[in-house]
Amino acid sequence: MENTFPSLTIYHLPFTTYMKFGVIVFPGSNCDHDAYHVISKHVGQPVDFVWHKQTDLSGYDAVIIPGGFSYGDYLRAGALAQFSPVMQSVKEFAAQGKYVFGICNGFQILCEAGLLPGALIRNENLHFICKHVNIKVENVNTPFTREIKEEKVLSIPIAHAEGNYVCDDATYDSLEENNQIVFRYCDESGEVTGEANPNGSRANIAGICNLDRNVVGMMPHPERACEELLGSNDGRDIFRSLTNSIAKNE
Amino acid sequence: MKAKVYVTLKPSVLDPQGKAIHHSVELLGFDQIQDIRQGKYFEIALDSELSEIAAKETAEKIAKNVLANPVIEDYRVEIIK
Repeated sequence: MENTFPSLTIYHLPFTTYMKFGVIVFPGSNCDHDAYHVISKHVGQPVDFVWHKQTDLSGYDAVIIPGGFSYGDYLRAGALAQFSPVMQSVKEFAAQGKYVFGICNGFQILCEAGLLPGALIRNENLHFICKHVNIKVENVNTPFTREIKEEKVLSIPIAHAEGNYVCDDATYDSLEENNQIVFRYCDESGEVTGEANPNGSRANIAGICNLDRNVVGMMPHPERACEELLGSNDGRDIFRSLTNSIAKNE
Repeated sequence: MKAKVYVTLKPSVLDPQGKAIHHSVELLGFDQIQDIRQGKYFEIALDSELSEIAAKETAEKIAKNVLANPVIEDYRVEIIK
């Protein structure tokens, strides 16, 4: 298919590559426009907002579940969004091996929906934390990190009150064993230390993937780190990885 | 018919809000408090023609699937006629 979309891409994709992204919008999502901006401007590919009542995801190669406060964080962060009609479709979409990327509230929703293991609870220090943090890429063999050099430290902002990742010992062991821990909070030199852990997450976990590696959730916001003007463009590495994974159909 | 549902964090899960409340309570001079854990309480009004068993089953399902996240929380259901 010819790419008729105006190409602003920084990623030098093959000319004929065409892929479509969906950004799911729940009542209370507020990083949906940031994700849309990055896909349309930096990835240079078509992208739609997908209202949470829509159930047809057949036209998409990847969906992003953006940050925000879906349903006002009522009950638990991400708890009520899991029952929106679109989430059944997201489950089927993921089961087909297509890419699902949950950022911040999106990560919380994926955990609540059972697409990723564990849960995100109130930050250990109770504060809403909004700052740039360093994260280390623990697994470069995922479709979301394949273009990143092993152990590279990324500077990406967090903005959350419930980012404290918890899981039981059996779940943690299986995450380790299956290399499902994708990102950990670390210091500037890449050391995973207690001081570098902003929210109390178990073993400094900042992002994980499912067993099939096509579903990733992370608390930091890579869509807010794609422009020098915003202090970092390390987030581009993640979107470039995802884009190339779709282009290569892997 | 009414169902009361209590949702509490599993004992193994840290409760930073409970800790903060505990701290404030100590500041008030209550010095014999060992621990405070925060939970959630729900009242569900059910159709009066439901049997007690059916009401409990319904409330248990709601608690398990919606009100509690079994990864981090436990729940307890009571039926009040």
